[in-house]
Amino acid sequence: MTQAAVIAEGLVKEFGSVKALNGIDLTVERGQVVGLLGPNGAGKTTAVRILSTLLTPTAGRAMIAGYDVVKQPEQVRKAIGLTGQAAAVNEYLTGRENLMMFGALYHLPKTYVKERTDYLLESFELTEAANRPAKTYSGGMRRRLDLASSLIAQPSILFLDEPTTGLDPRSRLGMWDVINDLVANGTTVLLTTQYLEEADQLAQQIVVIDHGLVIAKGTAEELKDQIGGDRIEISIVDPSRVNEAVDAIRAVASGEPLVEELKISAPVSGGSTVLVEAVRALDSQGVEVSDLVLRRPTLDDVFLHLTGHVAEEDKPAEKPKRGRSRS
Amino acid sequence: MTSVIPTRKRPLLGWNITDGAAVSRYDLVQTLRVPELMFFSIVQPIMFVLLFAYVFGGAIPIPGAGEPSESSSEIYRNYLMPGIFGQTVAFAAAASTVGMAEAMSTGLIDRFRSLPMANGAVLIGRTFADATRQILVLAVLSLTGLLVGWRITGGFWNAVLAYLLLLLFAYTVSWIGASIGLVMPNVETASTAGLVWLFPVTFISNAFVPLSSLPTFLQAVAAFNPVSTVVLSARELFGNPTGIQPDYWPLQNPILYTIISCAVLIAVFSTISIRKYSKTTSR
Ligand SMILES: Nc1ncnc2c1ncn2[C@@H]1O[C@H](COP(=O)(O)OP(=O)(O)O)[C@@H](O)[C@H]1O
Ligand SMILES: [Mg+2]
Repeated sequence: MTQAAVIAEGLVKEFGSVKALNGIDLTVERGQVVGLLGPNGAGKTTAVRILSTLLTPTAGRAMIAGYDVVKQPEQVRKAIGLTGQAAAVNEYLTGRENLMMFGALYHLPKTYVKERTDYLLESFELTEAANRPAKTYSGGMRRRLDLASSLIAQPSILFLDEPTTGLDPRSRLGMWDVINDLVANGTTVLLTTQYLEEADQLAQQIVVIDHGLVIAKGTAEELKDQIGGDRIEISIVDPSRVNEAVDAIRAVASGEPLVEELKISAPVSGGSTVLVEAVRALDSQGVEVSDLVLRRPTLDDVFLHLTGHVAEEDKPAEKPKRGRSRS
Repeated sequence: MTSVIPTRKRPLLGWNITDGAAVSRYDLVQTLRVPELMFFSIVQPIMFVLLFAYVFGGAIPIPGAGEPSESSSEIYRNYLMPGIFGQTVAFAAAASTVGMAEAMSTGLIDRFRSLPMANGAVLIGRTFADATRQILVLAVLSLTGLLVGWRITGGFWNAVLAYLLLLLFAYTVSWIGASIGLVMPNVETASTAGLVWLFPVTFISNAFVPLSSLPTFLQAVAAFNPVSTVVLSARELFGNPTGIQPDYWPLQNPILYTIISCAVLIAVFSTISIRKYSKTTSR
């Protein structure tokens, strides 16, 4: 079969007068990872809930693994795993009991569920905590148990709604590893996130949504290129050396440097090796530098570029120069 | 990745029962993890027994009840116990309300709904577990009753039937409670809203006072209140004093009326709540 794992066409969802989705088209090929990127309130959770049969769309249709989410929810549910935005484990039950319960509710045979539970506890580093109530777990452990719960029936398609929101940086890295492993094993993943960096790390294709509309699609590179990609930023000590510094930066940059008093910035490509080149170039010109950083575009930058407004709704829109990060 | 994993054969009675049993089982395991909760849900009715038996005991006469040799407080204690049973199991509904609201405040409902499990299973399991917990509550209450002088004189099987009716009633109110829980905006509201309706429902009944002492209008309401008929059934079956019943059909056929009203309420509230559940997402 050649049909894509996830196909959504013109999805609209209204909650009374609130239009959460305004006509979303989305395709996830089998084995692919697509990141749904958007700020709070963009409609990510609503989209995931429609695709996982929890909500019926007001208009449009969606097919998961070849099944219609409205007409064949039963078949869709057999094919998918869902890890929602809020932790979906019973806090009073142990990690093992949670997995056993969900396994039973997938109608899997008990011996299979037992084996699979052991395997998941092991591979998610929860074996030691397996017989403790989930209430005693750390945020990262809880999230791993949550994800393990959605994998009990080895779903071919996985929905992850903000899988790392609220995690500390170390747990976030751990979660990225876990997701990358799943993908390496051929699972199709649709994940949502508020962070471009995360979509960048995990997804092959990124779909940016805002106010229930798709406003951009492409690979992380394509999106970053749209807003000028990475930028190098330096601060020099001696104002009289500006020209030498600009020359040095121009030599490593992919575009024209921008000067603001003691600050010089320029678009670059090639990641962190550029920093090394920049240091050498500045050194050979004899320019003394007080600060030197590589700025990666953030979701805010993408948003400013694509919509002209900032991602967080309650933040007043500043107007920095295009492509410059407000870090 | 298309791995072939086995699935179990569809059970004879469909997945609702099987999945409901699984949900129920883990709900009961959860009870064992929070023994404090169970403890306090037992302490409250025990307190009621002691307060009513010793504080109000002698002040509430039950016309036409008891032997001439018995004091009015002895008669009242025997009259009271089935009333406390009825009131206590009615309050099982509050646990169902909070339980459903809690499940919705976490992502649990979303997970359950994304599984290929039966639509009714979460509610069936939850209500069944809530009713099952009442077995322990009734046992502890009965012991307390025996300590303050309550006696079963209606025979063994009648007593069994009385307890079964009380459990059927607990199951019924759990469905009502779960339905309320599903429409609550948060757990805090649920824990209040889950309780308030139970006070008029249990007090406008014969649980603590004979119906003949109520004004005529309330008497009619109370006569059709299933709390009254389940309590009256229990009084008759335990061989406890019933007092004189006003002339209403439910009070003449309390067992039949209890079974019918419970069946109707379960049918209505399970339909409403399962339909609601099928469209619900976590908050
Ligand atoms: N059940 C609901 N009732 C009313 N409005 C809702 C409901 N769910 C979501 N919304 C609204 O729909 C919009 C999109 O929400 P959501 O899909 O949760 O966004 P995201 O997950 O991207 O933060 C928001 O404006 C939100 O307030
Ligand atoms: Mg969301």
